[in-house]
Amino acid sequence: MIEYRKDYFSDARTDGLTEVGVTRQRSDVLGHVTGKTQYYADRHFAGLLHLKMVRSPHHHARIKSIDVSRALKVPGVVRVLTAKDVPQNIYTILCLIQVEPNDEPVLAFDKVRFKGEQIVAVLAESEQAALAGVAKVKVVYEELPAVFDVEEALKPGAPLVNEYHGRNWFTYEGHHCRRVRFGNVDEGFAAADHVIEEMYQSSPIEHAPTETTGCIVVPDQNERYTCYSNTQALYFTLDNSALILNSPFHKLRLVGGTVGGGFGGKVDVITEPIAFLAAMLTRRPVKYEYSRAEEMQVSSPRAAERIYIKDGVAKDGRILARQVRLYVDAGAYSRHSPYGTTKAAAHMPGPYTIPNVWVDCHCVYTNRTPSSAMRGFGVTIGDFALEVQMDKLARLIGMDPMEFRILNAYRDGDMKAHQKEVDGAALVECVQAASDLANWPIAGRYRAMSSQKREG
Amino acid sequence: MTKVPVQFTLNGREQNEFVDSGSTLLAALRDKLGLYGTKAGCHQGTCGACTVIIDGSPQLSCLTLAERCAGKSVTTLEGLTGNGALHPLQQAFMEGFAAQCGFCTPGMILAAKSLLDRNPSPSRDDVIDAISGNICRCTGYDPIINAILTAAEQLRGARKSA
Amino acid sequence: MSVTLLAARQARAVPALQAKGGIVVAGGTLAVADLNHGQGPGTLIIVDGLGLGRIEIKGRKVILGAMVTMAQIAHDRRLKFLHPVSQSIGGPAVRAMATIGGNLFAPAPYGDMAVALLALDAEVALHDGKALRKLPLENFLKQRGKYEKSLVVSVSFAMPEANSFRYVKAVRRKPVSASLVTIAAVLPRKAGKVKDARIAFGAMGPCALRARKSERALEGKALDASAIKEAADLAADGTAPADDAYATGWYRRQIAPIHLQRLLGA
Repeated sequence: MIEYRKDYFSDARTDGLTEVGVTRQRSDVLGHVTGKTQYYADRHFAGLLHLKMVRSPHHHARIKSIDVSRALKVPGVVRVLTAKDVPQNIYTILCLIQVEPNDEPVLAFDKVRFKGEQIVAVLAESEQAALAGVAKVKVVYEELPAVFDVEEALKPGAPLVNEYHGRNWFTYEGHHCRRVRFGNVDEGFAAADHVIEEMYQSSPIEHAPTETTGCIVVPDQNERYTCYSNTQALYFTLDNSALILNSPFHKLRLVGGTVGGGFGGKVDVITEPIAFLAAMLTRRPVKYEYSRAEEMQVSSPRAAERIYIKDGVAKDGRILARQVRLYVDAGAYSRHSPYGTTKAAAHMPGPYTIPNVWVDCHCVYTNRTPSSAMRGFGVTIGDFALEVQMDKLARLIGMDPMEFRILNAYRDGDMKAHQKEVDGAALVECVQAASDLANWPIAGRYRAMSSQKREG
Repeated sequence: MTKVPVQFTLNGREQNEFVDSGSTLLAALRDKLGLYGTKAGCHQGTCGACTVIIDGSPQLSCLTLAERCAGKSVTTLEGLTGNGALHPLQQAFMEGFAAQCGFCTPGMILAAKSLLDRNPSPSRDDVIDAISGNICRCTGYDPIINAILTAAEQLRGARKSA
Repeated sequence: MSVTLLAARQARAVPALQAKGGIVVAGGTLAVADLNHGQGPGTLIIVDGLGLGRIEIKGRKVILGAMVTMAQIAHDRRLKFLHPVSQSIGGPAVRAMATIGGNLFAPAPYGDMAVALLALDAEVALHDGKALRKLPLENFLKQRGKYEKSLVVSVSFAMPEANSFRYVKAVRRKPVSASLVTIAAVLPRKAGKVKDARIAFGAMGPCALRARKSERALEGKALDASAIKEAADLAADGTAPADDAYATGWYRRQIAPIHLQRLLGA
């Protein structure tokens, strides 16, 4: 059950809430329970072609040659697409918000940089024929050494993953990582009673939506094309597709909004540009849908992260310095990870007031599946690391972990490491309420603390 | 593609269709009959989104050859609202927030229906077992389990007062 | 690619169709999944009309037709000891479709019923086109590729003594998922001592396999902590389980002794 505690901060706002605290039925649920909700694939188009992809079996390899002649002889195969067919083959999704450089091919041509990377699209009258065609495309590779570990990738002499960057990391305004500098951590560590450093790491996590990623593109009259997609990012998809296809934007129309599970896994623009292109070149409706295996293998997961946290803490419970080195495994291409890494930097050192902070967040390229968005990306793994670290620190100095958090929680008016003054803090009250619900007693001194001012 | 005639009962009505030899019931329902309420999530029997009821038992339409449905009775989600009114399962899913993205919902409701048809008074564990082959990535299952138990209660009440 | 379904009228006609490249589709959970992914042959052999869907129990002998489903077993009160096995396979929809015959061909980490049948020392009846012949399940599993050109007709075994059959399937997702390791054991006892124990593992190799070293460690002993420890320590000996999406082979070798120890000590 949800309980609304409107007594908190009641002086800081007017209580004119009409929706919060009221149960409303989902607007789309009647369609869901009757099977009438129309997902992108719940449509019939005469003459629909099926698109299946030739994918790299290697993590890192040079493409020596591509031979599609035998695929074209498979009954039912209509045509194939290679990099040569793509007007602007190199792109990066976040070029729309000035992230540079373009670093990812729509279809790989000279190199493959992760296992499962798409190389040749086969279009056929049936799925079976398309799969048979895929099996007949011959790609000759020269395998290259691959790198799968973020710290290995940063070492001199590591295999170069992505030539468009020229190095295995994303460059932030001339810097090799996203940085936060506040106070002087060395002085903080020197003044501390205890200094500890711990390492935390996570694996990639796949969203595994029940509906796999896909789209159908249908040619209209007047050289216009409608794309029915389950993307979570309709306008990103429209804009990136127009750039990749060198097409005026008004020629492309996106229909979406109904997603069979997204969780951030459907914000990358992968299936639509190639399906648009296929529909343009064949003048027929084209469906490009990931199989379950493709969804698991090639759709972007949440990035793996490795995080080192070094803390200096005083006996009285105050954290005096926090130094963080954080590595985001972007995989072979940027996608949303340069942004996720910035979010990670913005989230450190956590919701605590610490006078000395030093943060380096690295966005690192490896030969793993490109990572991207997923529910709180750049933040969730960091929070896991920070809160485990908080428990360790509390144990180290013999303090109650709830009281330790309340003591260090930021308060309105404190200066954050990012040089922004805290406003609207509520952590103290959250921890107090959580301790009540968990029957976890806290001392009166901590019960009396408030987010709105720091006690004298 | 060779076409093969198949006669079966679909949602209570006799259905005569020519299907592609070797095609699945899922393909026949969606691509041929336009019954898009049955969803395709994996084509390998692991997600349960394509669950239908065949002769009283839940089955996966993605792994069922259409030709083998000859003479059988198939129920899809569309068959639950034949008379216009919502089935108590549909009502309970709606009111209990048991559907979010909605993609697993048709399979969930049919897996639940085949349980309630056999066992009107299921325990929570019976419900958990009944939907154990149906994957939901949104809800965390609890609202679904609660909705099925609520629907079971309503159906028992309706039966008593009938 | 076009696919043809052929309905076999007699068991002895099936091997000739298999020899021409056809494959038998029983429940469809393996064959149709392959078909959906563009694999498999153009001819599917349907054996629905051959009467292979019966469970026969004569005295202590149990005969399961090849087309008997997991759901049939789950609903048969005489086979109560096998209910934890059928219940551990898929959800109700998979159980309603998946068959005994198909389970014998399921690649690791699938094929949990075959693990139970192996511990039960089951015998497989096959039709090779000329005659019906029988062979121990263990021999069948070791060379199952060879028998893809025969029709599995039934599997038979002797009902185990009361409370002598044990089963566990370790999974990552409750209530059901693919196996990390599956163990079935038949532990007959004479005057309190284990006699002729049979222990079978699933997901510890390409198909179900007997843990003979662990079996021998129990022979003639009371099922006490030291005998159990000895059997468990030998559990992973000589096994080479595969890495897959559910577990690494290394992890399977680590947990197999622990699960065996718990199963024997239960």
